[in-house]
Amino acid sequence: MLEVKNLHASIDEKEILRGIDLTVQPGEVHAIMGPNGSGKSTFAQVLAGHPGYEVTGGSVTYERQDLLEMEPDERARAGVFLAFQYPVAIRGITNAYFLQSAVNARRKEQGLEELDTLDFAEMLEGKLEMLGWDDSLIHRAVNDGLSGGEKKRNEIIQLAVLEPKLAILDETDSGLDIDAVKAVADAVNNFRSPDRSFIIVTHYERILNYITPDHVHVLAGGRVVMSGDMKLALKLEAEGYDWLTEAAGVA
Amino acid sequence: MESSAIDQHVKQPYKYGWSTDIESELAPKGLNEDIIRLISEKKAEPAWMLEWRLKAFRNWRKMEEPTWSNVTYPPIDYQAIHYYAAPKQQKAPESLDDVDPKLLETFEKLGIPLQEQKRLTGVAVDAVFDSVSVATTFKEELKKYGVIFLPISEAIREHPDLVKRYLGSVVPTNDNYFAALNSAVFTDGSFVYVPKGVKCPLELSTYFRINALSTGQFERTLIVADDDSHVSYLEGCSAPMRDENQLHAAVVELVAHENAQIKYSTIQNWYPGDEGGQGGIYNFVTKRGRCAGSHSKISWTQVETGSAVTWKYPSCILEGDNSIGEFYSVAVTNNHQQADTGTKMIHIGKNTRSTIVSKGISAGMSQNTYRGQVKIMKGADKARNYSQCDSMLIGDRCGAHTFPYIDVRNPTATMEHEATTSKVGEDQIFYCQQRGISEEDAVSMIVNGFCKEVFRELPMEFAVEATRLLAVSLEGSVG
Repeated sequence: MLEVKNLHASIDEKEILRGIDLTVQPGEVHAIMGPNGSGKSTFAQVLAGHPGYEVTGGSVTYERQDLLEMEPDERARAGVFLAFQYPVAIRGITNAYFLQSAVNARRKEQGLEELDTLDFAEMLEGKLEMLGWDDSLIHRAVNDGLSGGEKKRNEIIQLAVLEPKLAILDETDSGLDIDAVKAVADAVNNFRSPDRSFIIVTHYERILNYITPDHVHVLAGGRVVMSGDMKLALKLEAEGYDWLTEAAGVA
Repeated sequence: MESSAIDQHVKQPYKYGWSTDIESELAPKGLNEDIIRLISEKKAEPAWMLEWRLKAFRNWRKMEEPTWSNVTYPPIDYQAIHYYAAPKQQKAPESLDDVDPKLLETFEKLGIPLQEQKRLTGVAVDAVFDSVSVATTFKEELKKYGVIFLPISEAIREHPDLVKRYLGSVVPTNDNYFAALNSAVFTDGSFVYVPKGVKCPLELSTYFRINALSTGQFERTLIVADDDSHVSYLEGCSAPMRDENQLHAAVVELVAHENAQIKYSTIQNWYPGDEGGQGGIYNFVTKRGRCAGSHSKISWTQVETGSAVTWKYPSCILEGDNSIGEFYSVAVTNNHQQADTGTKMIHIGKNTRSTIVSKGISAGMSQNTYRGQVKIMKGADKARNYSQCDSMLIGDRCGAHTFPYIDVRNPTATMEHEATTSKVGEDQIFYCQQRGISEEDAVSMIVNGFCKEVFRELPMEFAVEATRLLAVSLEGSVG
């Protein structure tokens, strides 16, 4: 589904990613861990196509397409979803309207009829039921005046509605209390399926206790320095990142 | 990166920039008493009207063009303008059948069909082409309710007492430089009178079209709502693309008696000039409403997207106790446009309330200024004002400025003021795109969300038009 080879990327001419390799098969859940500044979030942003980063080398193939050649909205419509670490506010636009526009942008490209407000509301209601969440966020403006936890929950609602093939969660667990982390994890588990893959970018092992990843990768200095399974995450939790960055020879 | 990205949405050509090829009858260029006599004669005005104009002209000659606004433009040569331009016609048309088909076609192309079978439902339209009104729809139907909706030149002839009583009562002829000029040379516009207790059954609307070269348009609108009446009125406008700057100096006066409500909406789409700042309309307008009676209400809603330079402050004089003034504004500037716009709320009566919501959007190299004054006079016990001024910047070469003036002379007044400035950022656009929404749709969504509080004040028929217009004026500002 996704093959990243020797990916290099920089921002303002400063190189952040220095040769990332990663292969994700359909249905797999990959956790990307690493200390602050290791390039985790940059990697997530580059996959989604943030225009602030310049890709300076390597390749990314997503479902046999050159992902790096695609515009951010094309990537999204092709099934790549990024749950933002810092979701952005859009005043005066409700979450419901925003999501309806997003859904219809996809449907339009697929040659399907656009959903009207009623059909969309019905679909949305089904998703919320599945998540076990109420509709209190839906009629509020997109991330405008929402608390940190509400913003993250809102990202998960979007994920549920947009049904991506590849969902990238960028530190969705940061700043959440344990109940909220559990709620996010439950939602992810709910949406795991043989043809949907997840990349979970996180600083802490905490959320991985609830979403057992198939693979755990550790990023340091813009490279994957170690890969393993859940045991690696537990070791990081117990011992921190220092032993690893030292072993990898990065400061 | 960001500014080049954001600059591309602004490249959409002005949609109403074509002109109608029609023979015009033009007054010679220049302004003097003979020209004013000529205009008055063309309009078959009574003598008092001519005197009124001449008095205004004599005042104007003693006045100086004001320079306090935050706009710059080369000096205007007032002698290089035709003050009267009318499509040639044998005689005044009795009905639509007599109107030159070219004119009907012009308005149809502008989306304002005048023919009975095509005209907009629920909206009565007065169509003004250069210096004359071409047609007014639903005139007869409105008459049944006692509502007078006429070109002002006709009203001067047919309802002289009403016009005489109210014309200049809110904006005196010597109020300011452009109001004095307008009073001297105004050519057409609309007159509305809603009698006691009548809720006007239709939206009233005037559409102004400038067509002839080197002309100015000086419209005059007067709306009077008698006790317990309601009326909603909308004006729209456009002009051909020309290299020269054309002057549009209008005066609008509103009078609301006891318990009456006037809702005045504007969708201003004059030609804004080209990308290099060449051409475009100078829109120097005086709009003022007088809440004369208690519990009266005047509400201004404006969506300003056009004009090279805009200079206007729709205001409310809240004389009647418990009267209400409202101002909702979206002003969009792009390329080299300049807008200095806002409102004045003068609280005189007790328990008077005013609300100001201003949204300024600047793109390209434009400058967008909000200028507002709230004045609470001594006798205005418990007056309240709420002001909210939000600015949005698209790109990094434009400017947004806010000048709120507050003058409170009564200690029981309550004032609230909020102001924000935000930027349509790469991050907002990226966020929308990451959900599958195209860049262009993203910008339009962000801007529309920003303007929502104002758009919801527009009559329904026009809210859609405003949304569309906004998308067009900003198209290409991101890329």
